[in-house]
Amino acid sequence: MSPFHRPPRFNWWLENRAYALFVVRELTSVFIAAYVVLVLLLLRNLALGREAYEAYLRVLATPGMVVLQIVAFAAALYHSITWFALSPKAMVVRLGEKRVPPRVVVGANYVAWIVVSAIIAWIVLGA
Amino acid sequence: MPAPTITLEVLRYRPGQDQAPVFQAYRVPYRDDWVVLDALNYIKDEMDGTVSYRWSCRMGVCGSCGMMINGVPKLSCAAFLRDYYPATVRVEPLAHFPIERDLVIVLDDFMQKLSAVKPWIIRKDERPVAEREYRQTPAELDRYKQFSMCINCLLCYAACPVYELEPRFVGPAAIALAARYNMDSRDEGRQQRQEIVAGPDGVWDCTLVGECTTVCPTDVDPAGAIQQGKLSSAVDWVKSVMLPWGKR
Repeated sequence: MSPFHRPPRFNWWLENRAYALFVVRELTSVFIAAYVVLVLLLLRNLALGREAYEAYLRVLATPGMVVLQIVAFAAALYHSITWFALSPKAMVVRLGEKRVPPRVVVGANYVAWIVVSAIIAWIVLGA
Repeated sequence: MPAPTITLEVLRYRPGQDQAPVFQAYRVPYRDDWVVLDALNYIKDEMDGTVSYRWSCRMGVCGSCGMMINGVPKLSCAAFLRDYYPATVRVEPLAHFPIERDLVIVLDDFMQKLSAVKPWIIRKDERPVAEREYRQTPAELDRYKQFSMCINCLLCYAACPVYELEPRFVGPAAIALAARYNMDSRDEGRQQRQEIVAGPDGVWDCTLVGECTTVCPTDVDPAGAIQQGKLSSAVDWVKSVMLPWGKR
């Protein structure tokens, strides 16, 4: 007379849309990690001198690399937007006794994103 | 016109008789004011008295009648047949728990985790009865009230893929209840609960799938409780590094 233990399933994430979207969000980190590697290589080649840097830029401009960068960009957008949407879950901000509405917390993330992006754009394009 | 009917496929597991669970179909009368629990009661009363399941209040308060209904964890007292009719309704015991018999799951794991987070008010020094009760303002009540609505129905565990893959995970309801007491102005037990909540099987196991909150019948938001637990545990850690001599 023993209880029945159901074996764990490994296709659980195909069962409903929310699980599938969650797995997609997790997988986007692979592309983000890949892009981080590209940027680190960029810095390394920059340190090695002009020739190495320009050779690396030519590698980045090959069709396969361009596709990788577009996919990584799309993954980064999906990753950022879905995490911003979840941020009020972790951050309960109170002003006095009132809770700041979750929309405002999400909005603050977007504002910070835009400000940081603008600063980086100013450094990169202005220099 | 014949009276309308609806078919329920109920997962049966009779220990000592079945090697593994099997579905058994029952065709029951369809009424648009019936919930899945009414249909199960009809089966039990009129068709097959051997079908086992837990239920008590029939109104979403007791938290006993959680089941997988067409693969989604729901209280069977709140799942109307009219939302499925005329299709067949599949009724299974809550996912991720061992099956005791038919739709009855083994609760021991949750009961152990629930008591581990000490879901009661802990005081460093109990105030003598003569000094009367611990008072609380409505605003202080409001801080934790949402997390106090948990009815221990375990739908959140059945919705949590982490709990399936990592059965040691303390899990949504137990962590939400720990948060409920941690946020209570009368409580002084957070440090004791942190051993479990911030421990190796605590909040950091959560990958924020968020389905615990989606399926919760009382809008507790366990996913929120867990993420807030991560944030406060991280703050604890930063304080312990920055201010190693200070009081955490």
